[in-house]
Amino acid sequence: MDPRLISSLVACPDCDLLERVGPLPPGGKATCARCGYTLAKRPAGPPDLSLALTVAAAIAFVIANVSPLMNLSVIGRTASTTIAGGAYQMWLEGERITGALVAFCAVIAPGGYLLFMLILLIAARSAPAPRWVGEMLRWANHLQMWSMLEVMMLGILVALIKIAELATVAAGIGMFAVGALVLLFPAIVVNFNVRELWQRVVWADGEMPPPAPADAAGAEPSR
Amino acid sequence: MTAVVTAAQLGLLSCEACQLLSRPASAAEPGFCPRCGERLESRRHASIQNTWALVVAATICYIPANALPVLNTTSLGTTEADTILGGVAFLYTSGSWPLALIVLIASVMIPLGKIVALVYLLITVQRGSVKSNHERTRLYRMVEFIGRWSMLDVFVDAFTVALVQLQPLMSVAPGAGVLFFAAVVVLTMLAAETFDPRLIWDAASARPKRHG
Repeated sequence: MDPRLISSLVACPDCDLLERVGPLPPGGKATCARCGYTLAKRPAGPPDLSLALTVAAAIAFVIANVSPLMNLSVIGRTASTTIAGGAYQMWLEGERITGALVAFCAVIAPGGYLLFMLILLIAARSAPAPRWVGEMLRWANHLQMWSMLEVMMLGILVALIKIAELATVAAGIGMFAVGALVLLFPAIVVNFNVRELWQRVVWADGEMPPPAPADAAGAEPSR
Repeated sequence: MTAVVTAAQLGLLSCEACQLLSRPASAAEPGFCPRCGERLESRRHASIQNTWALVVAATICYIPANALPVLNTTSLGTTEADTILGGVAFLYTSGSWPLALIVLIASVMIPLGKIVALVYLLITVQRGSVKSNHERTRLYRMVEFIGRWSMLDVFVDAFTVALVQLQPLMSVAPGAGVLFFAAVVVLTMLAAETFDPRLIWDAASARPKRHG
């Protein structure tokens, strides 16, 4: 059987129920009838919004990584740290694995995710998206799981308050950039139409994507 | 819904990366997704064994993670060691009890809750339970969603260490507990990834047909 013949059916990733997901209206979503998993979502915004947000996030990411997150001063002495500095000091103090983990979750994973998304969103603007776009999207999804900027931000705030007992601390420019990233990351995910992109990717086995029913405005969702 | 049919019952495989449904050439060697090239599996490979192994490893690491100090503070020659609970107590006594509560939840209760929840899911799946599937699926999603937040204390420690380097006045160094604590977080996150939530529902599909 040609696998294409079943391309309108989806198996729920959480409970394996077979379901048909038809075209969705803007802002619409299809959920699993049995376990409630969100099978597909169509963003309400314009298609290029996710690219615009990714560009904004990439700029904020550079600022967040080059400017100090916080500055400390106590009796005439000052110190400041960046995101990478947090990981590097751990490494220097002998906790190399923990330092590497912090660097991975705070710099490499979010940075890699943004880079991959930027490249694939630009490449996906051509109608049949090249097959490496699919490969890159897979990697972006793996990295997204380990990107923990929102956890890091809360961690920095807790550290700031702990240290405030001992010295004067102030949030730096980097902290505001991290704040912007914490808002931009979920906005990228919400406005990114993953399902539509997968339907246009050239298949890994070298074939062209089958003509998929495009999401049409006003079309009835399957459920 | 009249009939409840799963992909597995029809011999179809759903790609974990791109959700494409395909019929493998051979059931024993499903090969790769024709669209995105991801390795195809009907259920995650050795899901129960791998999840058990990771959960047991996380439980073992949980003990030194809480018993050993995560931060060693040296000020004017005297060194003080703080465990995770010590850090919570410090935040509480210094007047910021909401933060103490956040750290307590993120660092002590979430890792423990994740381990307990995964053990519960593993045992019920192994016993072929068909009860409260919805609740168990919701529990699994919560474990998956909330897992990252236990990294909080690792970040608190990393940035405290990075900032408080005012030798010879005062300096903070990480303690041995940090590594074990980070290990608990990573191991439980990986355990949530290796557990296959579809196993919760498989027991129901194996039973005689019921109206779902």
